[in-house]
Amino acid sequence: MSKTSNINRVDGFAKVTGSATYSAEYKTPGVAYACLVGSTIAKGRIKSIDTKKAEWAPGVLAVITHLNVDKPAGYEQPKKRDNLGQPLQIFKDDTIRYYDQPIALVVADTFERMQYAASLIKAEYLKEEHTTQLEKVRDNGKTPERAKDYNRGIENGYKNAEVVLEEEYTIPTEVHNPMELANIIAKWNGNKPILYTKSQGVEGTRKSVGNVFGILPEDVEVHSEYLGGAFGMGLHTWPYEIAALIASKKIARPVKLVLHREQMFTNVGFRPYTIQKMGLGATKDGKLTGLTHEAIAQTSNYEDFTEATVNMSRFMYDCANVSTKYKIVEMDTCTPIWMRGPGEATGSFALESAIDELAHKLNMDPIEFRKRNHAEKDQEQNKPWSSKYLLECYDAGMERIGWKERKNKPASVREGEWLVGYGMGTGTFGSYRNPTTVKAKFLADGSLLLQCSVNDMGPGTATMMTAIGAEITGLPAEKVIIEMGKSGLPKGPTQGGSATTSSVGSAVHDACNLLVSKTLGLATENETFKNTPIADLSFGNGAISSKKDTKKSLSLVSLLSANKLEELAVENESKGSEDAKKYSIYSFSVHFVKVLVNPNLGKIRIAHVVSCADIGTVINQKTSAGQMYGGAVGGIGMGLMESLEIDHRFGRAINNNFADYHVPVNADIEKQEVFFVNKKDPVSNPMGTKGLGETALVGMAPAIANAVFNATGKRVRDLPITLDKIIEAVKV
Amino acid sequence: MAAKKSIKKVVEEDSNNSRRDFIKKSGLFTALAFTPPSLVMASDKKWDEKIAEYLETVPLSLEVNGVKHNLNIEPRTTLLDLLREQLLLTGTKKGCDHGQCGACTVHVNGTRILSCLSLASMQQNAQVTTIEGLSKGKKLHPMQEAFIKNDGFQCGYCTPGQIMSGIACIKEGHANSRDEIREYMSGNICRCGAYHNIVDAITEVKEGGMPL
Repeated sequence: MSKTSNINRVDGFAKVTGSATYSAEYKTPGVAYACLVGSTIAKGRIKSIDTKKAEWAPGVLAVITHLNVDKPAGYEQPKKRDNLGQPLQIFKDDTIRYYDQPIALVVADTFERMQYAASLIKAEYLKEEHTTQLEKVRDNGKTPERAKDYNRGIENGYKNAEVVLEEEYTIPTEVHNPMELANIIAKWNGNKPILYTKSQGVEGTRKSVGNVFGILPEDVEVHSEYLGGAFGMGLHTWPYEIAALIASKKIARPVKLVLHREQMFTNVGFRPYTIQKMGLGATKDGKLTGLTHEAIAQTSNYEDFTEATVNMSRFMYDCANVSTKYKIVEMDTCTPIWMRGPGEATGSFALESAIDELAHKLNMDPIEFRKRNHAEKDQEQNKPWSSKYLLECYDAGMERIGWKERKNKPASVREGEWLVGYGMGTGTFGSYRNPTTVKAKFLADGSLLLQCSVNDMGPGTATMMTAIGAEITGLPAEKVIIEMGKSGLPKGPTQGGSATTSSVGSAVHDACNLLVSKTLGLATENETFKNTPIADLSFGNGAISSKKDTKKSLSLVSLLSANKLEELAVENESKGSEDAKKYSIYSFSVHFVKVLVNPNLGKIRIAHVVSCADIGTVINQKTSAGQMYGGAVGGIGMGLMESLEIDHRFGRAINNNFADYHVPVNADIEKQEVFFVNKKDPVSNPMGTKGLGETALVGMAPAIANAVFNATGKRVRDLPITLDKIIEAVKV
Repeated sequence: MAAKKSIKKVVEEDSNNSRRDFIKKSGLFTALAFTPPSLVMASDKKWDEKIAEYLETVPLSLEVNGVKHNLNIEPRTTLLDLLREQLLLTGTKKGCDHGQCGACTVHVNGTRILSCLSLASMQQNAQVTTIEGLSKGKKLHPMQEAFIKNDGFQCGYCTPGQIMSGIACIKEGHANSRDEIREYMSGNICRCGAYHNIVDAITEVKEGGMPL
């Protein structure tokens, strides 16, 4: 990928001028404003709900509760526990399943009138005892159907080792909190719903909305062209979307519903609170002989949410005896949903912290320990890696961070009064490729139009599609037009699991190649190339030319016009090859961190971050680096700041706002560097990419924990690493 | 004005039951407990909605991106909601409504402010500049150019606020080093984590010395 490998974001102009249209911003005549009123208990039933005052407030068009809702047809189906089926059946009955669960919707003619009316709704409850504290119910875990126990070699074989480490690691509930609030404009065309909504998967939303209203997915129209971030939050259809559709139907007007920031903490998923037990065993000279990884995570009382928390431990290091267990516990909260890096980010905190701890116990450099246990093949699936440049990532990072300045003995390096620590953590994420259909068209003006229903929530999907389309056709990037993020276009995948470039990029690649062939075929029928075999023709720079007689050339515009064509189109579905199944395909990343810890205050500064990754081919250096920077920043939030605090007496989130739930801001990010190996994977897909978005975060939190240990000698095993947890250890 | 229109539409659709309706629609006025009998009569003649609307609004004159607006607005309306919902300038973003995220940053009389924390009615005769007012057609402001070139965003949602803040940051004289920029840009959260590139963009504009 040459001339397109560093192009600017193709949606950059729209985004810097404010003309990019996010869901709640579609100009919709007659739109009414709605909001949701939440419960003030965590579990029980609604005894009574007084909506009179709200109904009589100025401008109010309707108040909807379980008492007067027109129940969608799909509510008659029993709600499956599968986490991507129907969302919580909002207003179905008087049951309260979590604090701030919507109990009423208010819709009015203006935003201000709606807000005021919502404040007038009062409910009384029959309260039941709730559970929001995982520690208290950690023994109630159940093994989900799709997360079976795993054993290789001797079960819990680590216990027989010369050197043994057993520790427990905890991560709190973290919340995605994209800057754009969850929002929707809902309307109906007869019995067909139309949604302008924050969805990471147009086709997925069509399916689940169809499911709720008892209609076919094809009858659901979804627009989700621009997403102001999502990080996993948009993978589920949420109750607010269904509520807006119910309201719109009732008042026969379009309804705009934007969640409050507070509701973003309680109603649209989160990274689940997870307790992890690690058992590691090694020989005295540093050969890992046993590894056991057990996780207990929260789910809701109405959906079974699972993620791949323990899976990384099965293949990351060369080890004969590996056991993993994964359990979920029902709690009275909203259902979790994958948050960037998802389970792997949680799992890597435990695994990569434990590896660091064991290396310390062995008095070995933690990178040396990892290199001694480098997995030359995937022992879980017993397959060779398709490609693996993890060792290159270690070396590149060591050099850039200045690893040689690190001392194995903690608290032995200082810069002025600051304690200095170096740490690193390894990340990985599977490379997936989902079936995707792309339509590629040459238009009469010589431009290339690429169509697919896939979204772009920020990673630069449209830019990637443009780069690949331009590369294959030889057109300049400015001549490529992308149409995406809405139903009715050829079906694209859900944006998630780092699979978008592999899935959609491949489909663009294939469709554009087919389009070029079709164009050359058409050219052979043209006067200019009569009797020229197709193999002798080439396409580039908007024209067809003969390889043998370079003077012979026919522009695309002339070809289309000669054939009286408005467009020349190819629609094609692409999917993974059988050959790829013989290999284990993973991306790898290593985050290196230099921290400074103030011994008087316990303040932790991330002075330098170097993020290295083996993601196969890098399609676009600029947007890929952006992903990597951003993943590391997300990891800093996970490592040092983010934790949803619950007042367990009420089951209520305390810090449900940006003043109290801290995320990284500009001042938290000092020096950041990114390095990509940028070597093509031979089997993953035609471009040789492996995926980036998730692995960009995986391994960052443990890198920080390991660096803090190196700086202070204090091992923090429960995130986030706030100063109260280290101040005693560093006090002068 | 969209909101005004929608209120009027309701009047047409919902013009029966006028006495109840009058009380309903002019809640603010009745709260003051001095409903004159003449107004009750007016409600019987179905003037209630017009009166309610009049009673609930205050006049506001302001300039947005060089365009003068004479409006009647609800006193509860924030500058952010006025821009987004009534003037349909959706480039200014809503991220928290509490002044905690910076997505709604605009310039009022040349100073950066959080439009979600500013009541529109307080902006009498103010000159407001939003992200839509920076570019001249296809010709971008240097800060907009620099954000594209340095990839200072991903999803783009915090971007208008970052750009408005970035310009102000330089004008205030708070962009003399990367550290200073980071400090004075910390009121604008970017959840995609594009901070590194945002600082690059602002540094480039500052060092370029282009007129802002």
